[in-house]
Amino acid sequence: MSSRHRIVLAVNDVTVEREVESRLLLADFLREELELRGTHVGCEHGVCGACTVLVDGQPVRSCLMFAVQAAGTRIMTVEGLTRGDELHPLQEAFWEAHALQCGFCTPGILMTIYHLLQEGAGLEDEGEIRRALSGNLCRCTGYQNIVDAVRIASRHNDAVKMAGEGC
Amino acid sequence: MKPAPFEYHAPATLGEALRLLSEAGDDGKLLAGGQSLVPLLNMRVLRPSALIDLNGVPELRVVKTSDGNGLSLGAMVRQRTLERDPLIRERVPLLSEAAALIGHMQIRTRGTLGGSLVHADPAAELPAAVTALSARLTVRGPSGVRTLSSEEFFIGPLTTALAPGEVLVDVLFPPLPPGTGWAFVELTRRHGDFAIVGAAALAHLDGAGRVDFASMALCGTGGTPYASPWLGDVLHGERPRAELIQEVGRRLSESVEPDGDIHASAGYRRKVAGVIGTRALALALDRAQGPHRAEVA
Repeated sequence: MSSRHRIVLAVNDVTVEREVESRLLLADFLREELELRGTHVGCEHGVCGACTVLVDGQPVRSCLMFAVQAAGTRIMTVEGLTRGDELHPLQEAFWEAHALQCGFCTPGILMTIYHLLQEGAGLEDEGEIRRALSGNLCRCTGYQNIVDAVRIASRHNDAVKMAGEGC
Repeated sequence: MKPAPFEYHAPATLGEALRLLSEAGDDGKLLAGGQSLVPLLNMRVLRPSALIDLNGVPELRVVKTSDGNGLSLGAMVRQRTLERDPLIRERVPLLSEAAALIGHMQIRTRGTLGGSLVHADPAAELPAAVTALSARLTVRGPSGVRTLSSEEFFIGPLTTALAPGEVLVDVLFPPLPPGTGWAFVELTRRHGDFAIVGAAALAHLDGAGRVDFASMALCGTGGTPYASPWLGDVLHGERPRAELIQEVGRRLSESVEPDGDIHASAGYRRKVAGVIGTRALALALDRAQGPHRAEVA
């Protein structure tokens, strides 16, 4: 028996209401129920970081949380970064530094770094940047261009913060 | 990789959680931060018929001072809070330093103090930290409340003294003498991995610069944290010296009884226990503040 529950939550500033099975993972809820497929599902046990989203402003693995637990929260996914067709400055930095190849890991990295920049973390030092990225696996790039992109984004942090307001 | 079906309950009080847990019987599981439990559900290693989610129980999130300068932390306090909360950092900096080494930030934002202790992974940081800190663990169940030391609580790998129907409620950290030095040091293959060996150390110096209190616990060296019960005999009344610290390292290597696994052989863990224990003790002594600050090579 799997119980069903009615949940109401805000996803990228839109209020959504759905009935969900208790075992539905938040990652699958976002992808299948809300069709927000920017959140990627890699390992499904919290290791790869591709499914990272913000729940009440905190980065979490959406594969290790049930949708029913997100009732009443505010969620931000990678789709919430853009303003219409305009890329977020953080995404621009990834573009500029050629920081993605297949792009599978990118949404989780963007949400993690977005959170740290919002918190005012200065990500200038390479060691600091690599520690910030340590919870997100990338199998294509060798990380160097991601490190570069994060440094560019950090230098533009004021602009990033400005664009992030209201998220 | 999807969990088997289960009933989900979200109690708002501890009393309700205890009632639901006892109703669910052997097939019920408590859900804390979910960072160890949900992977096991996703892989269907575990298939509980009911999950009782403790995330909505405010009394389990309380951070309060106790016993003068001691601190009581609810079992559902997040690891990210242990890492960053100013009061916790001030009162039990060892706990903050240990918490910062758990997994990654995105794990610590959900993972909890109590969840890690109850899971009792032999390589986890928090069981070693609470052991070194001589914390008292309060558990509540159908037959009332009891308080356990960490040595009583951890009884084997992934096994605690929690009886069916019992919940870990809070952890009481007794006050440390002012100026107590602390350190949590671990060896991992990659940042954020489980420790191959980790060491939690505390040390205090008297007015003459001699050790009058020292405590150490290791993780990754056996089924439960290794509490080095002989440490006081070696250090008390002594001024910190490099040879003394080396002696502690040698005794650690001789005393622990690790198993080998895919990550490290038993012999390697034994060797590393001495090295990491030495580093943790040296750092704790270095941080111990007194009129005669330790001079450690």
